[in-house]
Amino acid sequence: MANSLEQLSKLVSSGAISRRTFMKRAAALGASAALSSQVLSTAAYADEPVTGGVLKIGSSGGESTNSLDPATSSSAVPFLNGHQWGDLLVDIADDGSIENRLAEEYGSSADAKTWTFKIRKGVEFHNGKTMTPEDVIATLERHSGEETKSGALGVMRGIDTMKVDGDNVVIGLKDPNADLPFLMADYHLVIQPNGGKDQPDAGIGTGPYKMVVNEPGVRHGYEKNTNDWKSDRGYAEQVEILVINDDTARVAALQSGQVHMIERVPPKIVELVKRIPNVEIKSAPGRGHYVFIMHANTAPFDNNDLRMALKYGINRQEMVDKILFGYGSVGNDMPINAAYPFFSDDFEQREYDPDKAAFHYKKSGHSGEVLLRTADGSFPGAVDAAQLFQQSLAGAGVKLNVKREPNDGYWSEVWNKQPFCTSYWGGRPTQDQMYSTAYLSSADWNDTRFFNDDFDKMLLSAKGELDAAKRKQIYRDMGSIVRDEGGLICPMFNDWVEGVSTKVGGWAVNPNQAMMNGQALSRCWLKA
Amino acid sequence: MPHLILLIAQRLALGFLLLLAVSALIFLGTEILPGDVAQSILGQSATPEALANLRRDLGLNEPALKRYFSWLWGLLHGDLGTALTNGADIASSIGSRLFNTMFLATVAAVISVPLALILGMLAVRYRNRWPDKLISGSTLAFISLPEFFIGYLLIYFVAVKLGWFPSVATVYESMSFTERLSAVALPATTLTLVVLAHMMRMTRAAILNVMQSAYIETAELKGLSALKIIFRHAFPNAIAPIVNVVMLNLAYLIVGVVVVEVIFVYPGMGQYLVDHVAKRDVPVVQACGLVFAAFYIFLNMAADIIAILSNPRLRHPK
Amino acid sequence: MPFLVIRAYGTPSEASVTIMFYRVPLSACIGLVITALFLIAAIFAPWLAPYGLTEIVGGVWEPMSSQFLLGTDNLGRDLLSRMIYGARTTIFIAAMATALSFTLGSVLGLLAAVVGGWFDQLLSRFVDLLMSIPTLIFALVVLSVLPGNLITLILVMGILDATRVYRLARSVAVDINVMDFVEAAKLRGEGRWWIVFREILPNALSPLVAELGLRFIFQVLFLSALSFLGLGIQPPEADWGGMVKENKDGIIFGIPAALIPAAAISILAISVNLIADWILNRTTDLKGGRSGN
Repeated sequence: MANSLEQLSKLVSSGAISRRTFMKRAAALGASAALSSQVLSTAAYADEPVTGGVLKIGSSGGESTNSLDPATSSSAVPFLNGHQWGDLLVDIADDGSIENRLAEEYGSSADAKTWTFKIRKGVEFHNGKTMTPEDVIATLERHSGEETKSGALGVMRGIDTMKVDGDNVVIGLKDPNADLPFLMADYHLVIQPNGGKDQPDAGIGTGPYKMVVNEPGVRHGYEKNTNDWKSDRGYAEQVEILVINDDTARVAALQSGQVHMIERVPPKIVELVKRIPNVEIKSAPGRGHYVFIMHANTAPFDNNDLRMALKYGINRQEMVDKILFGYGSVGNDMPINAAYPFFSDDFEQREYDPDKAAFHYKKSGHSGEVLLRTADGSFPGAVDAAQLFQQSLAGAGVKLNVKREPNDGYWSEVWNKQPFCTSYWGGRPTQDQMYSTAYLSSADWNDTRFFNDDFDKMLLSAKGELDAAKRKQIYRDMGSIVRDEGGLICPMFNDWVEGVSTKVGGWAVNPNQAMMNGQALSRCWLKA
Repeated sequence: MPHLILLIAQRLALGFLLLLAVSALIFLGTEILPGDVAQSILGQSATPEALANLRRDLGLNEPALKRYFSWLWGLLHGDLGTALTNGADIASSIGSRLFNTMFLATVAAVISVPLALILGMLAVRYRNRWPDKLISGSTLAFISLPEFFIGYLLIYFVAVKLGWFPSVATVYESMSFTERLSAVALPATTLTLVVLAHMMRMTRAAILNVMQSAYIETAELKGLSALKIIFRHAFPNAIAPIVNVVMLNLAYLIVGVVVVEVIFVYPGMGQYLVDHVAKRDVPVVQACGLVFAAFYIFLNMAADIIAILSNPRLRHPK
Repeated sequence: MPFLVIRAYGTPSEASVTIMFYRVPLSACIGLVITALFLIAAIFAPWLAPYGLTEIVGGVWEPMSSQFLLGTDNLGRDLLSRMIYGARTTIFIAAMATALSFTLGSVLGLLAAVVGGWFDQLLSRFVDLLMSIPTLIFALVVLSVLPGNLITLILVMGILDATRVYRLARSVAVDINVMDFVEAAKLRGEGRWWIVFREILPNALSPLVAELGLRFIFQVLFLSALSFLGLGIQPPEADWGGMVKENKDGIIFGIPAALIPAAAISILAISVNLIADWILNRTTDLKGGRSGN
């Protein structure tokens, strides 16, 4: 059996069969799943990194309006760009822990209020300048303070003081925060010479690749940084990010070999893409979730029975099957899933229950239609999901009226303004960040208008709680408050689904963000 | 023909007034649209402070009228300004995008216009016989398919299965002319199929409209060949509607190809405009709007003048 | 009364069918029959469709089977039923918008040509202006100012298209306006409307009819383009162009749900234009003697 398994695994690494087929056939051979994946990973690691060549990504989420300034980065292509030419202080590793980048090591005081980051020495920016702790401070300054226009302002707000202490950067916080390193891994906080205060969009950093071509909305070309401080990355001689916003065009580009990896394969066609020779589907469970959000303080959604009616009236499994095609997991009306640290997995799963939905609907005393606004741009398949919701609610006698809004202006005019709409959250590395961003009474994007004093106090106490068990319990209690009282209907968490050519080696699963958390181009190589 | 020169001068002068009106209307339109550039740059993850700071930096706190006139003032001095979203110089961005758009439009037009006219005349020549029906049926089938449908079919069969041309038509500055041609092969074919039927059917209808005229019968009696009659005698007298439809389609090739640009990842004006409308980047929208309007005004004028030139009675009015 | 005249036309070899008293060429018959079938489907949709418009009855993209004759769509709804209901919205809206654009465009175009002078100049430049504003901005502004309902939709589609019809109608009419028989009518002292409708319109009819057939198809496609701006049909209603879009991911994989609505639009396009061609034949035949040089 071992022999045949080995043969099979060779087929996988040569691209003759897919991973999935392998697992199936291996199971047929009587191998346990654990054994099969072990053999498989040996096969994957058997090949050594190959240097040279031009590695190309086809990515959606790029516009001709994009800038190289990391402060204003908010879509996939600018995110990828930041990871080519730049580095963060720390980044998130494949297993979800913190990995050092320009910080060599870090630590905190016992009360988690003062954090010290030791800055790596002898690292040069692409312009030849040496990176110093002053550059780090300047970067953090540029992203904080009342003058900034950075998307990272929210995560920087808890910082009270910053100073250079020899090779160290010392950060003093207003309140204790055990998760500060995760905040420093925010993708906006790319370290730039003098913090990018002189020229924020120069595209000069310490990253594995140097910017050569910058055509926003079209392509971004890089050549290897021969002076890179990190040796286990940057295998390809050149890398290129091609902006391909159309789903079918992206798949076709991968299929015809014009790019080696594509970001975001529409779940609907994953099964069909798998039949394409020399292409593999890579998926990773993530923290992103597709949601229906109600303003819990606005009629008719200020009535918890109506909220419960809608929560019981959604068929989560059907959504995962028909919107995500199984590339995701069911949600439980809270923004947290197993991908988060300190997650409690003992919540009862809320199921589609037309009787309970009808019961709560009757109890709420609401009559007439409930208006849901949606747009294709709010999440992939949002309009379809809204129609599924409409159908499942009809089964409980609740009439949902779906209104398709223009994609144009959806985030400024509908989301966070209208009382009931579809939306998307990319998730955050920690529970604290997710809740602080959208569920704290004073949160900037409290898009469910959720105001609960107990919840706020718990969040604050969890932040400074260094005892893991206690912290987990607090988060569990907070989760159940949101689940049973909040304005969030969370039917599903989506996986990252990406297409990779079998010519590519070195792929790893990093669920934090798309394309191996932006590291795919620097950590993968083209097989000889 | 002094009156023709007068007419052109008059139309050009009116054209400038129209451009001014268009710029004002587009500005007004983007003001009416909800949302602003600061919100769209920072996206879903923007804090109120960051928004306020960005708005101030971009000068959005100035009154609308003042912003319009300072834009107009810059324009009169040949300065299109910089994009609010990424600070790129608008003139140079538009320059390369416009060149790409014109290149694709030209390739598509060079193929489709003569082809449509020839097919239209052939359809008249073999009227109601199988060549006519074949030409009509096939062009109609293509025109009724959505552009992206034709695009995907071409990508699938020509790029993926046969591998003749790339499916990603990104063009670079450094490309040679033939490389560019190969890159635009599929988008140009898609556009050709999309515009062919309209021009072909108008050619056919307009020529049929004059085929019953007495002078055609005279020509027939003279024993001229059918195609010669169509080309020499009928076509020149049917030119007014044909040239108008050709003009509409040329305008479409320049301003209406967003979908084709998206599918084939072609860096043209359409996608550029759409991106900036979505971000409410008013100076760029204004600049693109002016370029597009200038094309419409120019093409409409050209069509009117060709129609006048083609008709002796209009050429020499009493 | 062109439609009551029975006469031979076309090439002698042409196949034709006699319906009641009319000899109708085979191609026109096909066009008429198919268009009629689509219309019947549209009118009697609730009785003909095997399932409901919004009802989810199966898995996603199921192949054709005896249970689902055309398979299922991207949400597991019966494709045949949605096609039948889709015929309703598609044909109705496209027909209304085409009627509006044609009436508006051709009447104003012909009038501009006959009246000429400042009236022509003003109207023509106004049309230039309307055409010059990018459709995207136009549609978005309309949407944010006017309520997004069916009437707005038809008005936007009709008015935008009327500019194209206007250009065509005016250019054809300007040509005809200087012909001898029009001059003669003017000398006879005929009124403007008489000249427009009795002298010019019949002679401008063939390019206009040819355009009519195509405009209808453009409207079908335009409708689906607008729905992505939020100005089209609201889900879960269906229109054919929108159905192609909903299922577009399946096009290169040959999924029936993506191909069938596209095929339906093509068949409708060809049928409508076969009828247009037939009318075109009749008008050119009838006008024969009148347009003399």
